[in-house]
Amino acid sequence: MYLASTGALAQGDPAAKAPEQSEVRRGRVAGPVLALGAVSLVTDISSEMVTAVLPLYFVLQLGLSPLQFGFLDGLYNGVTALVRLAGGYAADRGGRHKLVAGGGYALSALSRLGLLLAGGATAGIGAALAADRVGKGVRTAPRDALISLSSPPDALGRAFGVHRAMDTTGALLGPLAAFALLWATADAYDAVFVVSFCFGLLGVLMLMAFVPSRPHQHTGAPARPVAKPPGKALDLLRVPAFRRILGAAALLGAATIGDAFLYLLLQRRLDFAISWFPLLPLGAAAVYLLLAIPAGRLADRTGRRVPFLAGHAALLGGYVLLLAPTEGWPLLIGVLLLLGVFYAATDGVLMALVTPVVAPERRASGMAVLQTGQAIARLVAAAGFGAAWTLWGVAPALTCACVALTAALAGAAVLLPRTERQA
Amino acid sequence: MTSLPSAPSAPSPPSAGPRSLRARIVAVAVAAAVLAGVAVAYTLHASQRAQSADTASEFGLDQGHLYFRSTEAGAGRVARLPAPDGAARKAGTTRASTTSRKDARTTGGPSCERFYAAAGTGLCLQRRAGIPPKSYAVVLDEHLREKRRIALTGIPNRARVSASGRMLSWTMFATGDSYAGSSFSTRTSILDTRTGYLIKNMEEIPLTVEGRRYHAPDVNYWGVTFADDDNRFYATVSTKGKTYLVRGDMKKWAATALRTNVECPSLSPDNTRIAFKKRVREGTRDPWRLYVLDLHTMREHPLAERRSVDDQAAWLDDGTLAYALPGEGGRKQDIWSTPADGSGEPTLRVRGGSSPAAVR
Repeated sequence: MYLASTGALAQGDPAAKAPEQSEVRRGRVAGPVLALGAVSLVTDISSEMVTAVLPLYFVLQLGLSPLQFGFLDGLYNGVTALVRLAGGYAADRGGRHKLVAGGGYALSALSRLGLLLAGGATAGIGAALAADRVGKGVRTAPRDALISLSSPPDALGRAFGVHRAMDTTGALLGPLAAFALLWATADAYDAVFVVSFCFGLLGVLMLMAFVPSRPHQHTGAPARPVAKPPGKALDLLRVPAFRRILGAAALLGAATIGDAFLYLLLQRRLDFAISWFPLLPLGAAAVYLLLAIPAGRLADRTGRRVPFLAGHAALLGGYVLLLAPTEGWPLLIGVLLLLGVFYAATDGVLMALVTPVVAPERRASGMAVLQTGQAIARLVAAAGFGAAWTLWGVAPALTCACVALTAALAGAAVLLPRTERQA
Repeated sequence: MTSLPSAPSAPSPPSAGPRSLRARIVAVAVAAAVLAGVAVAYTLHASQRAQSADTASEFGLDQGHLYFRSTEAGAGRVARLPAPDGAARKAGTTRASTTSRKDARTTGGPSCERFYAAAGTGLCLQRRAGIPPKSYAVVLDEHLREKRRIALTGIPNRARVSASGRMLSWTMFATGDSYAGSSFSTRTSILDTRTGYLIKNMEEIPLTVEGRRYHAPDVNYWGVTFADDDNRFYATVSTKGKTYLVRGDMKKWAATALRTNVECPSLSPDNTRIAFKKRVREGTRDPWRLYVLDLHTMREHPLAERRSVDDQAAWLDDGTLAYALPGEGGRKQDIWSTPADGSGEPTLRVRGGSSPAAVR
């Protein structure tokens, strides 16, 4: 029943849009998507465990300055952007999505052992961090391409929503597991690294066992990309619809000031103890987790353009709330809620938005280009906001961000193609 | 009856797919069980190791030893060395080991962020990660076994035990206050181990500055050092951007400012002099220099150490001071010592160590 209905849909059969059939599809998500979601869940437990404790490990255990750590972290995040393009391109060559993604997952898992073996040596830790980030960069685009290749076109939003919800569940559990471990072992960071490695390895094994290397494709395009090589990733930029989506994502990204700044602003406004700081991202992640699937389903129904824009409008609402004379709990809950809505309505939805305009054999490259473009734009935005904060102070910088985001929203509304929804 | 055999075989026969799926599920489940076993075993091992490190020590407090927090072998735990010859002779021991002092290090003490000991009492400040992070002041007996544990907030900074081992004091940087900047906030506690009386924050002590009772919301105390009578003490108070040396009295519960620009005082064993760090430069670049103040003449003189020292110096004996400096060659910290009269040269005492405490 399920296969039959998606097959009919792939051929553009209008009967596939019959309400009772949609009802059936709504309840289920393709097996590979669930498998990839489970892999991401387990991997995110692994990676967020380490991410959550690394600053403490560096500063309290190794005696590095937070500035050194911040520099190292920022450097590697920049490197990730380039690695991502390479990962996407490699995945498209011969359709090796699973192999490339699996390599990325394995590299990140092994980097935990690197942290363990490095002891306190800064060079060893730097290398382990780099390996982790390279692994993350390599795997993301092939994984999203696999999700898109495994899902019927009109259920992409839901598929990405389910994946992101599972992913975020892992991201929520990871820090909790890490701090529970530190508490139980009285600061045995090596135990955190070992347990993280075990989760990472389990993720790789699950990927190998349950994710098919050549997913059943729902796009109606030729199923085998081997016939023609993917060509240069930049060829994608000749597709007008892709160019417009990339432009819109970059434009909005360039007006996104970054979560760290939002959390810092919250801390300043509410004046709570620094030690509660790590809990803020958990609040936003919980909202993201709850709303990812509904937002994806909404995107499938209304077209992905609307939730993507609405998500950024929610972010704008968060900025305004920080500017307005809101105080106490309403401010805290409001900002975290709006930030969660922003992620739920944009992160997976953007991938669903771009899927129809990129041919299957270029899917991973296309997603990599889009993600990289967005990431670089956000990097520039964060640097710009940091500079504005230093030069003019908090309120003018935030006002600038509001104006920029409003302008970017207007621009993106014009840029984003309306024809994305398959009729 | 005859149709029965086909029924149970129905789920599996047509393709190898489901069966191989089951095989894959079993394989992953087995792998997950093995990995879970590894994770649990390692965590249990780590927690046992941590507990033994927390409470147990492989040695006690013995005269004629220099105790310190090691950042090399047994990192994060207290270690000890036979004391320098001068102190050893003073203590009446017959140790004659001028050779291979480096090899004589004994590791395996309690794990502490800061440590100090005198007579039969040790004071160990610990810090535990978590949300929020917790800190503890742990009182240790002459076998370095835990006697009392006090939960605190903040980052351990200074620890002192009076010469008799009765009076304890420690200072924490308060988290949440902007300690990272040039302004910071401290909480200093005093514990009388004989009565068990604990002053968690000594900020309320009546303070006299220039002959008048002084009131300000921004007073911060740190670096308490007790005299032999376990009643008189010295400390730093900071208020309105100035630091003062104060003399305090436990019985009267009062403090008097004696002079400005004195931080982290440390009273000599003969109770006649105070070693302290003096701010010689504004800003954060090399701000402090070690001085010794004569309490009879109230005259001060600088020590031979020319580097900036951010530590509460410890007297190894009446003629020698020890203190931690940022380490060389990748080490986090080293312990140096220098003569208390300002003569001579600083010498490297312990590679990879901090929190020196000579038990005499």
